[in-house]
Amino acid sequence: MKANKIHRPFSSKRLKNQILNVVKNPFNIIVAISLVILFCLIVIPLLQMVASTFTVAKGELRRIKGAEVGDFTLYYWKYLLTGQMASATLWGPLKNSIVCGVFTVLVSVPVGSILGWLVARTDIPGRKLIGMLVVIPYMIPSWCKSLSWLAVFRNSTSGSLGFLEGLGIPIPDWLAYGPVAIVLCMSLHYYAFSYIHVQSALRSINSELEEMGEICGAKQPQILRSITIPLVLPSVLSAVVMTLSKSIGTYGVAANLGNRIGYFTLATKMKNFINGSPQNVGYAMSIILIILAALIIFANQKMIGVRKSYATIGGKGGRSTLMRLGKAKYPLMAFIVIFLFFAMVMPMFVLIMETFQKSTGGGYGIENLTLYNWIGSNPDLAPYYTSYKGIFFNDDFGKAVGNTILLTVIASTITALCGQFLGYISTRGRGKWYGSLTEQLVFIPYLMSGVAFSAMYVSMFSKPHLGGLIPTLYGTFALIVLTSVVKHFPFASRSGTANMMQIAVELEEAAEINGAGFGKKMSRIVLPLAKNGFISGFMLTFISIAKELDLIIIMMDNRTTTMSYLAFTYSQEGLNQMADAISVCVLLFILVCYIIANRFGADIGKSW
Amino acid sequence: MSRIELKHIDKFYGDNHVLRDINLVIEDGDFMTLLGPSGCGKTTTLRVISGLEKPQNGVMTIDGEEMVNADTAYYAEPSKRGLNLVFQSYALWPHMTVRGNIAFGLKIKKLPKDEIERRVRESLRMMRIEEYIDRYPNELSGGQQQRVAIARAVASNPKLLLLDEPLSNLDARLRVDMRSELQRIHKELGTTIIYVTHDQVEALTMSTKIALFKAGEISQIAPPMDLYMNPIDLEAADFIGNPRINFLAGKARFDGEKLHVECELNKWDFDKADMTDEEVPDGEFDCVVAIRPEQIQIFEEAGEDRIPVSVYANQPAGSETLVSLKAGSSDFLSKQIGLASYALDQTVYVHVAPEKINIYNGQTTRLIKKAY
Repeated sequence: MKANKIHRPFSSKRLKNQILNVVKNPFNIIVAISLVILFCLIVIPLLQMVASTFTVAKGELRRIKGAEVGDFTLYYWKYLLTGQMASATLWGPLKNSIVCGVFTVLVSVPVGSILGWLVARTDIPGRKLIGMLVVIPYMIPSWCKSLSWLAVFRNSTSGSLGFLEGLGIPIPDWLAYGPVAIVLCMSLHYYAFSYIHVQSALRSINSELEEMGEICGAKQPQILRSITIPLVLPSVLSAVVMTLSKSIGTYGVAANLGNRIGYFTLATKMKNFINGSPQNVGYAMSIILIILAALIIFANQKMIGVRKSYATIGGKGGRSTLMRLGKAKYPLMAFIVIFLFFAMVMPMFVLIMETFQKSTGGGYGIENLTLYNWIGSNPDLAPYYTSYKGIFFNDDFGKAVGNTILLTVIASTITALCGQFLGYISTRGRGKWYGSLTEQLVFIPYLMSGVAFSAMYVSMFSKPHLGGLIPTLYGTFALIVLTSVVKHFPFASRSGTANMMQIAVELEEAAEINGAGFGKKMSRIVLPLAKNGFISGFMLTFISIAKELDLIIIMMDNRTTTMSYLAFTYSQEGLNQMADAISVCVLLFILVCYIIANRFGADIGKSW
Repeated sequence: MSRIELKHIDKFYGDNHVLRDINLVIEDGDFMTLLGPSGCGKTTTLRVISGLEKPQNGVMTIDGEEMVNADTAYYAEPSKRGLNLVFQSYALWPHMTVRGNIAFGLKIKKLPKDEIERRVRESLRMMRIEEYIDRYPNELSGGQQQRVAIARAVASNPKLLLLDEPLSNLDARLRVDMRSELQRIHKELGTTIIYVTHDQVEALTMSTKIALFKAGEISQIAPPMDLYMNPIDLEAADFIGNPRINFLAGKARFDGEKLHVECELNKWDFDKADMTDEEVPDGEFDCVVAIRPEQIQIFEEAGEDRIPVSVYANQPAGSETLVSLKAGSSDFLSKQIGLASYALDQTVYVHVAPEKINIYNGQTTRLIKKAY
């Protein structure tokens, strides 16, 4: 018998007090409201999307005999899984996605881990500088990387020449476009997950563990193999999972580098369906993407669950002695230099230079240089490369800058605020049902790739709900904001949780004892203490929304274009120099934000 | 100035029964210490009193006014209980100055400005840290932060002051200083104090009463010296006192008039008048003879009531000397004031006053013969 289940006779006084206890505490009300909102914004759209894949839509009326709109149907799933086109719509792209994902892991995880180890644990010359430089490529949005890849490797297949073809080096299609390009491009981006994970794990592991190995007579490679690597293995595994689930769902890179030669992944194919028809097939594909991501994360938890991360266990002091590399430091230095050259210097250089070129691939001679792409105003002067004005005189660009700033400011403010609240609820509700429920609900958007997530929202808000109380948001700016906010909940609430964890519960209890009510407690104690964490969380969300392309690409139209989307469309139209010029602006914008964020102690390692 | 009464308090965390039927009366003006090893429920009891935890069972009153009644699910808010709490971690708000920290609660009470300033200054003067009024907590040392935390608690003139292991983060010297400081506050303010600690020295030196906790229950409530002289059971005896009390296994028999006890050290007959109300078994039974190390006097020469034993080890430490002794197979410790030096395996003669000996029932571990 459970001793704490004491049955008392019913008493109205008791009931009244019990109700008062719950209602009088504003915290309970906030928890209730948050849970309802999370439920409406996450669970219902998900269910709605699942339901829509089983419901006849208007577009397919003619194809499904005798059906009416709203009837139950397996048509879409049959179309996707067993139809005549199944191999082209699902299995081929699925195979491509998995191949790209796996190879991205195979390239990026070793590269990132080695970089992390070099920076955290060795006496490689210029460690601090390297540590700073190494995260810069990660700040370049992945779709920007694909543009700079094109700037370097483009060949005649897509019209204008790239840098290398311009030098007379023939570039085959398999290198310029398709899986190789996609894998390398994504690796140059997602290496950051492994780098950040391994580096911070190594920093928190006491180097005495390694020194003990040395005392026992082990040689350096032996210590690395049997002490260091096993200790960071859990962090490496979770980096693998993140890289895999992220790269499978990535749209921008795959679209830029694959669409031109008809190489589709699940994400790019899905977008075609959602923008075209039958739409519900696209939703079914996004469910497959979600299941895929969930499976990967579940498998990881199964594997790591038992032997959690060792990272903090041995981290008593943070005393860390650097490993002497000796002669090995020269090849390792060369490795870093080569990495930085390919990940940062060359793409940036080519990207920036291309914005000044009349003809891409035409070399950097003065006769081929122009400022037209930036400030050109008379289309007659440069008829061969563009029909638009230079971006600074281009209305589309001005509108895109305005939209981008509006979107990032509004969305990141809301996201960061919600993140703090959600973090507060999950830390103060640790071990209680509502704490873990909040954490789980907030985690769901993490499982979805950007395209799948926005597909879900488009599906949900393409018709009015609650008898018009929630209007049709399709094509509105509000929907883009809402989508950006909810999609960034997992990250924002993680930063909120970390922030709230630093505020000891006793500080709040002390205020309670001194007579502060909930409002006073929040405004005088919690918020002032959470301020710095809030600002850094805000800036990181800001950067991440400013970079975003995948998430909002489905919802974009002429009125709501952002900078990243404009660059993407220009690139698809073949206006490479213009696309590059916009990318450079985005890059500058992000770098400036990052520098500001750093002032407030933001850590780029916490942003994904 | 208040009298606190806890009746049948039960507290669960999930299925974990952390407080079991706690009954405790704290009289007006008491300095009550809740003493026990970590995880025994003493801090939880304090939090129940403060209102930060809600017990599932029981009633609590302060000055006869009901503050907690689990039967009607009534729990008064912490701020309505007229108390204040000093946290183990001090819980000073890092974004406020010392003045801001102390004034916070007073501002919420909407006291006039000059009254707030007066009370802030007065409480700081009492803690002798007036000069730090405009500092931030992280600009103060641990001991100074401690004083600010206490100043913040007393500034609101609480009827009841709760202290949760306030000295555990201080070094040994500061602890001695703060002990006398707390004693002085208790006397000056006349406030009822409830003090949680696992340190028996703090408990014994400062309290007027000690409640000894064991696994979520109160095993004994007594004034410090009573607790020291007559711990209620073997566990309590073992916990109180440093160096630890000596336990010697023995046999006892009660004939209705006298308690006959025999162990390897000696034989005693104790009067019925010295015995507790605890029932004793018929016939001969196992008992434990408990003797405080300072009650064992060592002599170099034989004499009346002196028992020959051999020296096993000798630990002089300046102000006192600990001597390990052996009688048959039993070993025990003696504490001598000042420096003493004995050769190992030397035979010495010890004297133990019978009235200072505790006898425990070996079976039930309860005290059957008191010391005085």
